[in-house]
Amino acid sequence: MAADASGAQVLAGTADIVRVERARRRVDWSGRLAHAILIVSVAVIAFPLYYALVISTQTLDQVMSLPPRLLPSTNAVHNYIDAWTRVGMGRLLLNSAIVALAVASGKIVISLLSAFAIAYFNFRGKQLVFWMIFVTLMLPVPVRIVSTYQVISVLGWVDTYWGLTVPLMASATGTFLFRQFFLTIPDSLAEAAQLDGAGPMRFLWSILLPLSKANIAALFVILFVYGWNEYLWPLMVTNSPHMRTAVIGIDSLVPRTSQLPEWNVTMAAAVMTLLPPVAVIVVMQRWFVRGLIETEK
Amino acid sequence: MKRTVFRNRWLPYALVAPQVAITLVFFFWPAFDSLRLSLYRASPFGDRLIFIGLRNFERLASEAAYFRSVATSFLFSFCVTVVGLALALLLASLANAKIRGLTVYRSLLLWPYGIAPAIAGIVWLFIFHPSFGILPWLLSFVTTYQFNWFLKGWVAMVLIIAAAVWKQFGYNLAFYLAGLQAIDKSVLEAASVDGAGPIRRFFAITFPLLSPVTFFLVTLNMTFSFFETFGLIHAVTQGGPGDATSIMVYRAWKDGFDGLQLGFSAAQSVILMIVVITLTAFQFRYAEKKVTY
Repeated sequence: MAADASGAQVLAGTADIVRVERARRRVDWSGRLAHAILIVSVAVIAFPLYYALVISTQTLDQVMSLPPRLLPSTNAVHNYIDAWTRVGMGRLLLNSAIVALAVASGKIVISLLSAFAIAYFNFRGKQLVFWMIFVTLMLPVPVRIVSTYQVISVLGWVDTYWGLTVPLMASATGTFLFRQFFLTIPDSLAEAAQLDGAGPMRFLWSILLPLSKANIAALFVILFVYGWNEYLWPLMVTNSPHMRTAVIGIDSLVPRTSQLPEWNVTMAAAVMTLLPPVAVIVVMQRWFVRGLIETEK
Repeated sequence: MKRTVFRNRWLPYALVAPQVAITLVFFFWPAFDSLRLSLYRASPFGDRLIFIGLRNFERLASEAAYFRSVATSFLFSFCVTVVGLALALLLASLANAKIRGLTVYRSLLLWPYGIAPAIAGIVWLFIFHPSFGILPWLLSFVTTYQFNWFLKGWVAMVLIIAAAVWKQFGYNLAFYLAGLQAIDKSVLEAASVDGAGPIRRFFAITFPLLSPVTFFLVTLNMTFSFFETFGLIHAVTQGGPGDATSIMVYRAWKDGFDGLQLGFSAAQSVILMIVVITLTAFQFRYAEKKVTY
């Protein structure tokens, strides 16, 4: 306080310096506030996951203790093995991985091909095709619950990987994304390719595909997460436990009213299920942000 | 449009064939079948369908439970969207300063996007657990009210809203931060010189300039809370207690798969279809006209 006052006396003569000083202080202050708010937000957002991780390392007694224990304990290995064996976690995670990878790559291939056809060819019925793809935006899974199940059973696809993946592969967003992108590519490229005698498929493979790499990566992250986390579809088309995906398969570990509250085991399973998609997002951060912006436009 | 096009009689058809086939078999066929089924009801043994005209819709219109689920859906969507966006916008405006490490914060905020709504729900279910959860325990110091979601519908609703908002929050915040950083500071400075205070500046300038971001986030959060939260409801509250959290999608599924009332469920699908079409139409109309870009 005293130091401040004497400092002010020294500076009193030069109003300019005071003003600059004050402005600098104000900027500092808002910057600090910004950091504080962001750090608190990050902490609040991370807390539920931290809590889940901590619970997954505790014993049943610790889980039931009050006040709640917020520190990790030593029972992790036991809980994770327990969760793994009780619901057949290996198989569930494998199924999730198959669905996520198949849906992501299937959607990318299918929408690349149709976008290529729409952008680079004139053909009869193009408008109709474009319109058909657009309409799928208005028909998400919940809107056709019972009927899609009947289609799957007519095809004999209940409880198969075909049933789990193929119906999720049509994608209007992917098609529009690639079409938009193709329209920005200079016509001279296609002309040059034609002069060199390259056919359309060669052009797609050697020129368009390498150019689309970033878009493909962006779409891949979004679609992988979508495929891994899809809930309603696998719930409908699978009956047997060994065809379930992780997100629905761990449901039986959630303690209901009359059961032993083994939340440590539940949380271990939850952590194992949420880790792969979160890891994909973290590792592919750059493309993820791009994908978020591109696909939701 | 492209000037240069490849010429080929059959290739374009082959290229669109997979997309068109999947669309026809898994989108159009079920959608038309839903329309058809909504006019029927299954016989008591489920072996044949009986045509009943619009009776499924009449039943929906006269059933208080269905109106409750419509109201629940809208309330849920509204809360997730408004609470989530208001919080994100408030924090983003406060944190809108030239600071280092914004990309690091963005990474630390975005990861919950990867968590399935059902898993988010399971984690929050324990946070809200009446006996061992941390939230009721903390609240017990403040009030003797029992925050037991097993018994109280509104607590269950708060639980699923919290889980949904949590999953979307970092995402909303990241978009608002980016939007705010893109606003030209000179406009705000000019207003400041003219004597507009921070609150006035926010509502007169910042908020309108953010309308594209807000619009984008509103549609996204509405669609998310309406159609992608089925897993959250199914894994956490199963529509309960009573039917306090039974949103439209959950009810359509329950009547169709648990209740085996195919026609009745199909009629609900038709209503849901109307909701999506309205949302999409709104998105396209509004996106073109009213939003400042």
